[in-house]
Amino acid sequence: MAKVLVVTSGKGGVGKTTSTAALGAALAQTGQNVAVVDFDVGLRNLDLVMGAERRVVYDLINVTQGDAKLSQALIRDKRIDTLHLLPASQTRDKDALTEEGVAKVMEELRAKFDWVICDSPAGIERGAWLAMRHADVAVVVTNPEVSSVRDSDRIIGLLDSKTLKAERGERMDKHLLLTRYETGRAERGEMLKVDDVLEILSIPLLGIIPESEEVLRASNLGTPVTLSNPNSAPAKAYADAAKRLMGESVTMMVPQNKRSFFGMLFGRKAA
Amino acid sequence: MSILQFFSRKGSAPVARDRLQILLAHERAVGGQNDLVGVLREEILAVIAKHVPVEPDNVRVKMERGEAISTLEVEVDIPSQAKVRVALSA
Repeated sequence: MAKVLVVTSGKGGVGKTTSTAALGAALAQTGQNVAVVDFDVGLRNLDLVMGAERRVVYDLINVTQGDAKLSQALIRDKRIDTLHLLPASQTRDKDALTEEGVAKVMEELRAKFDWVICDSPAGIERGAWLAMRHADVAVVVTNPEVSSVRDSDRIIGLLDSKTLKAERGERMDKHLLLTRYETGRAERGEMLKVDDVLEILSIPLLGIIPESEEVLRASNLGTPVTLSNPNSAPAKAYADAAKRLMGESVTMMVPQNKRSFFGMLFGRKAA
Repeated sequence: MSILQFFSRKGSAPVARDRLQILLAHERAVGGQNDLVGVLREEILAVIAKHVPVEPDNVRVKMERGEAISTLEVEVDIPSQAKVRVALSA
């Protein structure tokens, strides 16, 4: 039975696309059949982060409007056979995405895959609404920062009221993915702690992704961070989060940002 | 920053946490439906405007959201001429 997962946040730039690519790749690496779907019409980026930007022929809107078959629009990942990308349209108006069209594509995707991961656009407008509409599970990506936490709270409210699952009277399964976390700064009282954010948002924790140079490096390379450097701290944190999504219980590790002796002296993180 | 200040400097995270808790308590109560304070502001101004001409520039609305109570302060300048007119028509 396929699971549809939405990666959402309200606020932009907190790591939705990075997280979609990393979780998608981590799930696919375990042999699960995964499709990652970009809902950010007009500002697509999942193709770029996945390194498939030069292979896009058809997109989500072409499929919803019947101009292309789903199988023609899906791009199979070159590194992992079970990972697929359905890109968003870069040129079309975002109103071209209709509720009926999305429903049809989601039904087809459910039949084909174990996991359908929808990368939501920022904001709380139509695009974000359509991305969360069919979800069974939601991953709320949040930075330990006031504006991100506030927007996540708003998105949680929408997940509980505007999704098909909520409208059927069922409870939406929501998980917090805390990204760009710096343990040292949190301990020094400079940054909201994991427990602060959990207390405020009161949804279960899926993972803590540490602030890391590896994330930018991965997007530079067009490779999900779980593939570009599987032994790095963020890759491990994403891999653990993927296992938790599959129902495994994995001990939650609070990432430790390593500090060198000179780093401690001068307040800089070691690489 | 003096050395004393440097050592006594507390982190800003507790402030962030408290501000968020107060703000979100309000936003959740409103629940995306009608904003009570916003409705009050509109209706209070409409009532005043029924009796005296209200210049938008002469209206100051201040709000203070607190943990237990919130206050809405509406200050409207009423020209003294208008006051006379109200008195006459009353």
